[in-house]
Amino acid sequence: MDNLNNYIEGAPVKVHIDNVVKKFSGRNGEMIALNGVSLDIHDNEFICVVGPSGCGKSTLLNIIAGLLEPTSGEVYCDGKLVQGTGTDRGVVFQQYALFPWLTVKKNVRFALEMRGIKGKEADDLAMKYLEKVDLVKFADSYPKELSGGMKQRVAIARAYAADPQVLLMDEPFGALDAQTRTQLQTELLETWEKDRKTCFFITHDVDEAIILAQKVIVMSARPGRVKAIIDIDIPYPRDQETKMSPRFLELKNEIWSLVYQEYLEVRK
Amino acid sequence: MRSNKNSWANKIPAWVWVIISFVAAMVVWYILSILPKTDRAFPFAPVTIEGLMTMIDRGVFWQDLSSSLISVISGFALGFIIALPVAILMAWYLPVRNILNPWIQFVRNIPPLAYVPLIVICAGVGRPAQVTTITIACFLTMCVTIYQGVINIDETLIKAARVLGAKDRDIFVRVIAPATLPFILTAIRLGASVALTTLIAAESTGAIAGLGMRIRALNNTFDSAPMLAYVIIIGIIGILIEKIIRFLEKKLTGWQETIN
Repeated sequence: MDNLNNYIEGAPVKVHIDNVVKKFSGRNGEMIALNGVSLDIHDNEFICVVGPSGCGKSTLLNIIAGLLEPTSGEVYCDGKLVQGTGTDRGVVFQQYALFPWLTVKKNVRFALEMRGIKGKEADDLAMKYLEKVDLVKFADSYPKELSGGMKQRVAIARAYAADPQVLLMDEPFGALDAQTRTQLQTELLETWEKDRKTCFFITHDVDEAIILAQKVIVMSARPGRVKAIIDIDIPYPRDQETKMSPRFLELKNEIWSLVYQEYLEVRK
Repeated sequence: MRSNKNSWANKIPAWVWVIISFVAAMVVWYILSILPKTDRAFPFAPVTIEGLMTMIDRGVFWQDLSSSLISVISGFALGFIIALPVAILMAWYLPVRNILNPWIQFVRNIPPLAYVPLIVICAGVGRPAQVTTITIACFLTMCVTIYQGVINIDETLIKAARVLGAKDRDIFVRVIAPATLPFILTAIRLGASVALTTLIAAESTGAIAGLGMRIRALNNTFDSAPMLAYVIIIGIIGILIEKIIRFLEKKLTGWQETIN
């Protein structure tokens, strides 16, 4: 189980972020959201990004996804320059972003159809992905009939159905209640421990970052930069009890104080 | 609104309420038909039905009804055909929006009755003028409603489709079109109601038949029974159209989140 654990420096780089700067021009002049962010996401790695609101973590995710263009700097995925969106990078949004006019199954099918999979094969595959998130019974329900947690499970199944190389998750559990959130964390952990899909996960919840990630990136307040990279040396498999372990609390302390400094920075 | 779950009013089934409401309206109608101030305008039901029968016997009723429906349907359809692409262009292209929107808002606030004479000068009396008036009124209302719908599409849905690999065509057909459908149906409902209200204005342009034209003609002879019958018929047509469209909305856009 040893090599299941922390990341190997030698693992190939999946996403290479090179000195990314993002400026927004608004009413009050120019706002620098990201000020030279460089970062490597390795193959099979689970990275969490924490930081105060407005530190540009979502902006960074959107740039990796190709939904935003950096003002300067580049992002490479598998050595290819990122220009616009691509199916090699899947995104799970905080607001679920399910198509409300499609049933649960058809939402997942949408991803499959975009890959060119049609007919019965798409139906069967969609059900397989729904099985993974335990929602087979709700295949024919509409999103409005589901709870927040179930909606996000569908969104995750849909993201998996697109079969991306990297999964980008933008505070996916941010809108859920505490209990649902821990449940989805556990499910995501189980899935990742099995398939080790490269994950770039944004959160403002330090506990969530530590329980999930191999590496936690702390971002500084505006303008956003990488302030610290902390290796989480807690072995997998992890579960909610891991949150009680001494090492977890130590790391939580360390990361929380880093985030707190930035939080004070924002309030100034 | 005050609504108590345990109130006695909730214990009465809906169809009973329909009957109670109907009886209440009949009572009011009857009172109106005997009060000295209103008895000439509101003859009671038997007299009104008799008035309608005379119109049917004279062979004008069906002519009026079909003439009005032809005007309403063609004006409405033309208005919709123009409104749909214009609304989408307005939502997508800023120059189109900036040039058109202020004028659409401006004309929308003028009652059609006011500009009907101008249309008659251009199109002459008869069907073309009626259809033009209804088309303009319907176009304005539907264009504004559809435009609002297209600009308010949840952008995350477009982003979600894009990251799943959707091309522009997929996004238009599989995201923008279904997301706009509820607004298109609302536009159709509002447009249909505008078409009907504009009908009277449109038929004041010297139609040879039509529900609105007949009401004006009967007005000259103070023949109130058939007049009242025609007014009620216009109301029934309105309710029927509304019911049909509501049914379609339920069928086609039942997936929408509703706030109760």
